[in-house]
Order: sequence, then C-alpha cells, then structure tokens
Amino acid sequence: MEQSQPRSFWRRDVFSTHHKVIAIQYLLTGVMFLAVGGVMALLIRWQLAAPWQPVPIIGKLLFREAGGAITPEAYPMLFTMHGSIMVFFAVTPILLGALGNYTIPLEVGARDMAFPRLNMVSYWFLFLGSASMLASFFVPGGAAGFGWTIYAPLSASTEMLPGWGQDLFILGLALDAVSILMGGINYITTIMQLRAPGLTLRRLPLTLWGLFYSAVLNTLWLPIVASALFMVLCDRRLGTAFFLAGPLAPHAGGQVLLYQHLFWGFGHPEVYILIFPVWGLVGDLLSVFSRKPAFGYKATVLSMLTITILSGIVWGHHMFTSGMNPLVGKAFMFLTITVSVPTAIFFLNWLGTLWRSAIRLTVPMLFTLGVVFVFAIGGLTGLFNALQTFDVYIHDTYFVVGHFHYTLAASVLFGTFAFIYFWFPKIFGRQMSSRLGKLHFWLSFVFLNAVFSVMMFVGLHGHMRRIADATAYEFLKPVQHWNVFIGWAALGLGLSQLLFFFNFLYSLFRGTPAPANPWEAGSLAWTVPSPPPEHNYDAVPRIWCGPHEYGVPGLNNGDWLSQTDPRAKALAKS
Amino acid sequence: MQQWGFPVDISTTGYRVDRLFWLALWLTGIAFALVVGALTYFLICYRARSDRRAYYTHGDSHGAISLTGGLALLVFLLIDVNLAYHDHAAWQAVWGAPPSAKEALRVEIMPEQFAWNIRYAGPDGVFRTADDVTTINQLHVPINRPVIVQLSSKDVIHSFFLPNLRIKMDAVPGMVTSLYFQAKTSGTYDIACAEHCGFGHYRMRGFLVVESREAFTTWMVGQSKARPPDSSWGWNWGGAA
Ligand SMILES: [Cu+2]
Ligand SMILES: [Cu+2]
Repeated sequence: MEQSQPRSFWRRDVFSTHHKVIAIQYLLTGVMFLAVGGVMALLIRWQLAAPWQPVPIIGKLLFREAGGAITPEAYPMLFTMHGSIMVFFAVTPILLGALGNYTIPLEVGARDMAFPRLNMVSYWFLFLGSASMLASFFVPGGAAGFGWTIYAPLSASTEMLPGWGQDLFILGLALDAVSILMGGINYITTIMQLRAPGLTLRRLPLTLWGLFYSAVLNTLWLPIVASALFMVLCDRRLGTAFFLAGPLAPHAGGQVLLYQHLFWGFGHPEVYILIFPVWGLVGDLLSVFSRKPAFGYKATVLSMLTITILSGIVWGHHMFTSGMNPLVGKAFMFLTITVSVPTAIFFLNWLGTLWRSAIRLTVPMLFTLGVVFVFAIGGLTGLFNALQTFDVYIHDTYFVVGHFHYTLAASVLFGTFAFIYFWFPKIFGRQMSSRLGKLHFWLSFVFLNAVFSVMMFVGLHGHMRRIADATAYEFLKPVQHWNVFIGWAALGLGLSQLLFFFNFLYSLFRGTPAPANPWEAGSLAWTVPSPPPEHNYDAVPRIWCGPHEYGVPGLNNGDWLSQTDPRAKALAKS
Repeated sequence: MQQWGFPVDISTTGYRVDRLFWLALWLTGIAFALVVGALTYFLICYRARSDRRAYYTHGDSHGAISLTGGLALLVFLLIDVNLAYHDHAAWQAVWGAPPSAKEALRVEIMPEQFAWNIRYAGPDGVFRTADDVTTINQLHVPINRPVIVQLSSKDVIHSFFLPNLRIKMDAVPGMVTSLYFQAKTSGTYDIACAEHCGFGHYRMRGFLVVESREAFTTWMVGQSKARPPDSSWGWNWGGAA
C-alpha cells in the first residue's frame, strides 16, 4: 500500500491517483456546475415571470440574435441542461465524488481507495463528459432540447431534433455514467475490504452506509440507463428503431414505452442514489451536534436496505398516464407508498437522536436540521404523486416539479452544504466563517421554501411543466403573478449563494487554522491532523467502538469517546 | 364548482380527484405537524448547557424498537392503506366505468407538433368513411353526454390534458390510448399538451367547447368534410364500436 510521493505538479495535483486530491477535483467541478445550473434556473424563472422579455444584464451576452430574449428554441435547452447538469454534474460529483472519495478511506482507516488508478480514471471520465456537455452549447442547432428524461421518440429521431448537440449530450451522460460506475465499484470494495481492525460493519459511520447503498444502486441501475441512451443514439445515427413507432417510422415497429421503462428503472433509484449519502450524513451530524449516540442505528441501516430494494420496483409511478395498464399502475402505487414505512423509521430515529440531547446549533447542524424539515415536505408530498387518480391530474405539472425539487434540490442542496461546512476544516485545514454560514442558511431556507412550495401551488392549479409561456392559456391567467413571485424568490435564493462562494474562497485563504477535531467528533477521520497527511495514518488504527459515542456517562474529561479511544474497551464489556 | 387552488371543475367526476387531494393534505399535514412540532420542542428544550449532558442511549432497546416499529405501522395503516383505499374508489369513478359506445360520443385525436387533429365519425357513426368530420384544435362536445376519446400520435409523445376535468392521457405513437369524460357546464375551456414535445410545446393549445345538444348538431353540420380520410388514423374501435 505504500505510495511513493509523486513529484511533478501534473502527477501530484492533476492526474493524481490520491483520494483526497481527486475528492477536491470532484468538489470544485461540482460547485462550478452548481453555479452554471443555478444561472440556468434563474433564466428559466425569468422567462416564466416575464415571457419573451429581454433578459436583464446577461441577456445581450447569451441570446444576442434574439435581442437578449430567450427564444422558443432556447427554452427547452435551458430546462434540459439545467436538470441534467444539476443531477449528473453538480450533485453527483459533490455527494458521491467528493464526499465519497474524501471520507471513505479516512473513515475506514485506509491510506487510499481500493483502486486508486480506477479512481483517477473515474474523475477524468467525468471531465470528458462535462466537456462534451459544455461543447454541445456551441454546435449548430445548440444544446439538447428533449428534457433531462430524454423521452423517445423526440430524442430518438433526427427528424425531430437534428443537431449534434443532442448527440454530444448523450455522449456526455454516457461518459458520466461510466465514471459513476467506476466510482461505485471503488466505494463498495473499499468499504467492504479496507476497514481497519475492529471496524465492524456495525461501527461504520452512517455516511458510509449511505454511500455504500448509493453505490450499490448505481452499479445495479446505471448500466441499464446507459444502454437505453446508447439505443437512443443508435436510433438517431445508425438507423435502428428500438424506440421509434407510429407514422414517424411506419415500418419500424419499435416500442416507445420501452424507453420509459428503462429510463425510470434507473430514474427512480436515482432519487435514492442522491439522497442516501445525505441521509447518512444527517444521521451522523445529528449525533455529533446533539452529543448523543445515533438513535436506532441498526434500524436506520436496515431501513436504507429496505428502500434500496423497494426503489427498484416502483418506477411505474412515473408512467400512470403513459397508457400502461391501470392494474399495473395500482401495484406500482401501492409499492410506492410502502416506501413511507422505512422513511418513517428514518424520521423517528432522527427525532429519537434529538430527544433528551444537548444540541449545539452550529452551521452544519442548521443545514442538517434544514434537511430534516425540507425532506419531510418532499417525502410527504411524494404520497400525492403516488396516488394514481390524483397523479393523473398533476402529472407533468409544477406540482411534480415542486415535489422533486424538495427531495432532490432542497434536501440534497442542504445536505451538500452540511457536508461542505462540516468537512471544510478537515479538507482545507481552515475554519469557515460561522456568522456568514448562519446568514447563508437562513436566507437559503426562506427563499428555497418560497420557490418550491409556490411551485407546488401553481402545479395544483394545473400549470404544466416545460412550457415557456403560461400566459398562452386562459386557465393559468389567475396564477401568472405567482410565477413573478417565484422569479423574485429564485433571484433571492441565487444571490444568497454568493455568501457561500465568498465564505468558501475567503476561508480557503484567510480562515482561522482548524485543529484536528474542531467539532469534537468521534469518527476515525477526526483523529488525524487537519488537513490529513498524504498517507492519512502513520500506523493502521485500531477501532474500539462505534462513531457515535457522545454523552458517555462517567468520563472525566469531555463527554465523548473517539473510535480509537482504548477506554471504549471497558464500555463494550459493561 | 371552484375549489381553492384548483381551476374550475366542469366534469361529473373531477370532485373525486379534488377530494382525494384534501384527504391526502389532511393526513400528511398531521404527520408533518407532528414531526415539526417534535423538532421544535426538542430544539427549544435540549440545547447544550455546561451543566447538562445528553441522555446516553443507542435507542436499540426492545422498548425503543417496538415504539418506532409501532409508529411506522400506524403510518402504514392510517396514511398508506387509507389513501390507497380512497384512491381505488376514486379511480373506479373516474376511469373504471367507461360509458357504453351507444350512449357516448366517440372522438379520435391524433396530435402532431404542435396541434390537435380531431376526428368525429360523422352521421354514419363509422370512422374512416367519407363523412368523417375533422377539425384542428376545436373539440366540441354536447353537455351532459359521455365522451370517449381515443388517442394516438403522428410524431412524438404528446399528452392530452383537460385541466378543468382533472384528467390527462398520453398520446403515444404506435399505440392507442383512451379516456372518457362527461362535461356538465357549458363554455370554452383549455386543452393543453402536458408532455414536452418540442420547441412549440407551450403553444400546443386546443379548445374544448361544451355546448347544448342542438348547438353541437348545428356545429357538426357546418364542419367541412373536405379532408380525405387519412390512412394513418381513423382506426378500428374494436369492441367499443
Ligand atoms: Cu420515482
Ligand atoms: Cu405536444
């Protein structure tokens, strides 16, 4: 395992095989795309609030030919690229790439991931994928415009969308899928094989359990969506007709619905792929900052396992109006709402952790509590979408958009911030400003809820998603002023993130130096200096207890035990 | 009938959908209030103080597990099963009892980018004959009479959405899908496309005109039958015909 220190800048900081360097590469890539996707969201909200009006300030730069206004052709590109970039190039790199790569080896007591070279290749596949995505903006015909769900036959026929931007998009996603797959194999192997002596599965931090199940889901389902994308590409360019049917391709005899089954077979697990690392992180952080062991650890892990299994058999709830047999729909409805049972156990265990605890309201704790709040809304509104009869009405409306932004955007974004504020001192050896962090939290919390709850409200009124101009419809006139409201709230949300970017950059260079364990956290990573040395551990650590030993009675100094504290031996015996 | 938050309901069954929403809102609202209430209470009562230490428990005792399991079971029975039961009943009313082909008006809709091609069987009651009536974006139906719509698509997937009747159904190339409804209020209402179908998706608007039987008949007679039957649609209605 001993690695010689690479000398040149290129081998050390660019084509690095080292997990901490790769994690930072993922983090910076993800945060950059978070900003790109965020600006696109603001452009979308501008168009909906003031249809066809020139975009202020940046309009002249982006949409020169149209006098600064978003055209009907440009609008689908915006919502397609916003969705895909956020899901696959912002959140996935941050929550799997950065959180996974940084924490897994440190928390299991290893010097690197199980396959360091595979890890490097994984990042560079993401890089190539991002390059392909970004390049699609500059080819004739522009970027992809079929929506992030890439529904055939709109996506599968060059008669519909002829430009090469569509193909570059599919290529970019496929490269990213390969990247995530390689990462997933690495995470599973490292967690299973490289744990330090004494670190039994019951003593893993919950974050690692979240990353583990997330990686399992990725390795199971990503190949399916990648194949489906490849089939779309073949339909477009090689004359096949997997997903082409009807008058558009009279002799093709393909199956349009097959694409949706393949896509959502992955698409629903994707929700849990993104949320599991956050749930795990929430479990750990609630414990650290309430100075109390994680409540019902085993039940939490088993709930995650249950959801991992259930998530693979509920995809049909995206297809209630697709022409699928209603009886099949009924089965999908019932399986979907059953997910609320393990989810309820999750929430009860989080509340159980806080019960009779000693809460420290730090910035990462605020974001963690924020996740609990917004995920309660996201999860409960999921029930509405699962109900077949009601879903037929709100399917493809802003009700769905608001709902999945609560689960994917709000929860995952707060989880991302909890991750960054919590791990920043370990990663960079400096503290972030807690005053700015608190301001960032409260502004984000207010604006984010304003944006996504009002989206659900206009959706209840029937407001379709992916339409460029709601004023074209009589029945939507009464809610158009809410589109203006969302526009302002989204602008507020966007501007609040400047606080984060400033705090991040300022603290990177000027923050107060961080001690090894600023949060008094019990898990293994906090026993090494901040930032950790290249090889992480001088000797293989020996683990004596779980990562959540806070509020331990009968200790002379402090209220907690580190996982390497030999005093825990006595604890295990008693 | 106007419900808060919804567009006007002009159908005989739309209220079932709206009621389902209110039931789900009540049940999930109570669950949400309990979670946020507990969260707030704990945040106020259990702040870190120098003189107090957290209660040391891993929450893995039999009592804790039975309590968590019991509450999760309550969620399952009171929310999940309850909602599934009511959804089933609503489904039966909205989708499960199609009218007989004799009493109903039959319409075929074949959307394309970005318009709704609409076809009536004409006086002989048989599709794909010379007296078929075709219109674009104008769906006229008589009030208080059931209507059965069959859908397919000329190019990509569209979704036939009637917000004032709380129903929608995808129009999928290579497949025939269907829905039925009965309108009880006359007037002109929106038809919207709910599935992204290209850059003109937002303006793929049609009009549903609900009118008296007499007005409907007069309108039908005045429609041109000029468009020749098009081989790609005007399909066999099978048992429904
Ligand atoms: Cu889903
Ligand atoms: Cu359409």
